[in-house]
Amino acid sequence: MQPRPFVVRARRRELADTVTLELTGDAPLPFSPGQFNMLYAFGVGEIAISISGDPAQPEVLRHTVRAVGRVSEALCGLRRGEGVGVRGPYGTPWPVAEAEGLDVLVVAGGLGLAPLRPAILHLIRHRQRYGHLVMCYGARTPADVLYQRELARWQRAMQVEVTVDSPVSGWQGSVGVVTALLPRAAVDPARAVAMVCGPEIMMRFVTRDLLRMGLPPERIYLSMERNMKCAIGLCGHCQLGPAFLCKDGPVLPWSRLAPLLSVREL
Amino acid sequence: MKKKTIGDLLREHPFFADLEPQVLDVVACCGQNVHFASGELLGREGQEASFFYALRKGRVAIETFVPSRGAVTIETVDAGGVVGWSWLVPPHLWVFDARAVLPVRAIAFDGQCLRSRCETDAAVGHALLRRFAGLLAERLRATRLRLLDVYGHAPR
Repeated sequence: MQPRPFVVRARRRELADTVTLELTGDAPLPFSPGQFNMLYAFGVGEIAISISGDPAQPEVLRHTVRAVGRVSEALCGLRRGEGVGVRGPYGTPWPVAEAEGLDVLVVAGGLGLAPLRPAILHLIRHRQRYGHLVMCYGARTPADVLYQRELARWQRAMQVEVTVDSPVSGWQGSVGVVTALLPRAAVDPARAVAMVCGPEIMMRFVTRDLLRMGLPPERIYLSMERNMKCAIGLCGHCQLGPAFLCKDGPVLPWSRLAPLLSVREL
Repeated sequence: MKKKTIGDLLREHPFFADLEPQVLDVVACCGQNVHFASGELLGREGQEASFFYALRKGRVAIETFVPSRGAVTIETVDAGGVVGWSWLVPPHLWVFDARAVLPVRAIAFDGQCLRSRCETDAAVGHALLRRFAGLLAERLRATRLRLLDVYGHAPR
């Protein structure tokens, strides 16, 4: 499992501490929405980062990275033309195929929108295969809303609801937690699939409300974050009970996660 | 087309949709249709909370005035939501400002009218208290979740 050499083709600042890297290698890297890569900042270290690009464009690899540690800071600091090592793709995907013929409710919080972006692009590209498409997105402030220009484009193909915890003067959008958006989602819970990504505590509250709305546990999918190291199910760093989140996850249905997340020691 | 009655509108509103018909008729007697333009106040902190509002359209910001920061929005309520619970709880004064962010269509309920109906009709009182208790519990849960600042970074 050697990292493949990739080069930064473009770098776009998304938020004050977050950038999106466009990487190209010697061959396309096909992936499924929801999968992640291990990105190696040479001489610093390797971390797991979800793929945020378009699965229909495997020749360009996109990763949205927030600078929160040594490796992510090094990745965010990469300039055009600089190299990065890539291992992957790894992990389980969002159930975009299983969701065909059903309504899809995407719920994201903060940077959790990045791993959902490939799924959203897939849903929009194949719009006719799905019922109602809704995205509910919560961020800390208006300045923390990710992919702001794209949200307006997505709105043409799906219902997009955005809320922030702390508004600024002139903000006319919603203010409050992301769960407050769920009653507005025009989906039929009996024939809907939910894809949820964000801080774990947010996902727990969102899941509770989705269950109350009537979505069955096996159709609520969460993307879980743990300390991925080897990414191939050997080292156990990402273990959640019997599951290795790097290969059994990161995307898992609530029906499988519920008994694991109820054990605080895990 | 037949004009909808307040009762018809209440049956379409999520907060009242499953009320018993006889309770809904009583509640509807205390309601009236109202409109607010963007920027108009539905309630002002410290003033008598004579009404509460079931929003049919638009968005309302729950605000408070902070010296040096001006009006700060605490949360917003959209169509299908309810603005105001101070009509129910003494001293019946607005605790925050409620301002229309987008043009609002709502049903305004006369608090005094509803309180007197609650006193004389236990079914009405129980039904409304159950709904407002649920509303307050939901807002408390949401506030607690926001207190966690879930989108913030974990300290290194």
